[in-house]
Amino acid sequence: MSERVPLVDYLVLTGTPHLTAHECTACGARYFDRRNACAACEADVFRVVDVPTEGELRAFTIVSYAAPGIPVPFVAGVVDCGGTSVRANVVNVPADPEHVRVGMKLRLTTVPLGADAAGTEAVGFGFEPAG
Amino acid sequence: MAENVWILGIHMTKFGKHPDLDTVDLGAQAARGALGDAGLHMRDVGVLAAGNLMRAAASFGQQLQKQIGQTGIPVFNVANACATGATALRVAIMAIRAGEADVGLAVGVEKLSGAGLLAGGTTKEQGDTWSPQGRFGAVAPLDGRIGTETMPGVFAQIGMEYGHKYGGADFELFARISEKNHAHSTLNPLASYQKRFTLEQIMNDVMVAYPNTRPMCSANCDGGAAAVVVSESKLRTLSLEQQRRAVKISASVLTSDPWQEACQVLPDVNTLTRAAANQAYEQAGVGPDDLDLVELHDCFATAELVHYDNLRLCPPGGAVDFFNSGATWRDGTTPVNVSGGLESKGHPVSATGIANIWEIATHLRGEAGDRQIEGARVGLAHVIGLGSACGVHILEKAAA
Repeated sequence: MSERVPLVDYLVLTGTPHLTAHECTACGARYFDRRNACAACEADVFRVVDVPTEGELRAFTIVSYAAPGIPVPFVAGVVDCGGTSVRANVVNVPADPEHVRVGMKLRLTTVPLGADAAGTEAVGFGFEPAG
Repeated sequence: MAENVWILGIHMTKFGKHPDLDTVDLGAQAARGALGDAGLHMRDVGVLAAGNLMRAAASFGQQLQKQIGQTGIPVFNVANACATGATALRVAIMAIRAGEADVGLAVGVEKLSGAGLLAGGTTKEQGDTWSPQGRFGAVAPLDGRIGTETMPGVFAQIGMEYGHKYGGADFELFARISEKNHAHSTLNPLASYQKRFTLEQIMNDVMVAYPNTRPMCSANCDGGAAAVVVSESKLRTLSLEQQRRAVKISASVLTSDPWQEACQVLPDVNTLTRAAANQAYEQAGVGPDDLDLVELHDCFATAELVHYDNLRLCPPGGAVDFFNSGATWRDGTTPVNVSGGLESKGHPVSATGIANIWEIATHLRGEAGDRQIEGARVGLAHVIGLGSACGVHILEKAAA
């Protein structure tokens, strides 16, 4: 089996795929990217925490014009995963306002992004309707 | 207490396509227009603040001086996304309030015709091997793969979020906001587009990022705007006619986005706008009910709705009812974007934050022609630059 890499380092592919965040140990603020210090409280110690894989769609748009190589239309949104907001595409649902609504329940899923010249497969994530 | 600062002269170029004018030409036209309006010259100016985003590293202010007058004064080249023009003005005002100059010139210019879709900052070229880069350890550009960084998509979500929180905001409501601004634009000869659209035309136009169709997005165009600002003591040395046409800057505020949960997932344009508005009302000693007109940052129709609330033009959560009441049409109780707004007047980003001040000032002077809001005495201008920066200025008609 060829090697797999996550699209971003906060996507964990081993076991049940899930997202992680850097959580400020002083105030609890969460960040997905590398941080020098906490934007909320200035502390500089973070721990890695798992983000719930289920959530609720808080806002969305259906993008018809995007960067080259991005299939359109697609649904982009913000998912509230147990109090942590996650930016993601909403996948496995028709990209029209009849099928996507704010407040819908979603769960994390992985999205294959193809292989590079060395045969390594990149894997991204999205959220799909949960039940 | 620092003394009051007044707008003595202000100018906006025609917004639209200017294939024969470069950035410096447009800046020179705006600056010389403002100086002429003020009755002053470059040799009277003590500080220059210059805004241009597309060539932010090119020392635009110094290039401009070489075309309109090199007098050796300090130049501040500023860049603050779509709030760049307001930031330039704010810098000139601060210099005067600090007592370092008694006359300042602020200029904002952009050449954006044909620029296409503008996206945010984390896009990068995709290589032929997946290798993690940047603060997210990303192996590919994230725009489109993890949500959207395109401006129409970001602001669409901001409007949808508000609509979900308070209810009543659907595709048609957002389209009707756009219908209003395009209707207003028909009276503005300096607007890029002066075409009235029916609601059906707006809703059936090309969808860019639901619920924003093409006419619901700000128009990329070329344009410049400039303002000459003076201290009150300087103003009192000038002619009665200059004093009569001067417009008082009752509040000048610039904020950035304070940390909020999720603000780095979806930009929070609300908290910093509310903070700027609160500070501005306090500085000016006026309230939202005192405003005769408002120019706010309708970069997309979905943005205009949330800023009714952020600027406290309506009760919290009441933006939909406020719009539905007709309040923001030019014959309503709080006319909003009588210039046509960014959706039809156009949005040459660095010019926008001075152009909307020009619109307010022109009404306060009673010089707005066919689109004059009769008896206008107090107005508010708002801009937002993603990243984020928010500028709010409150202007008042001269007492004399």
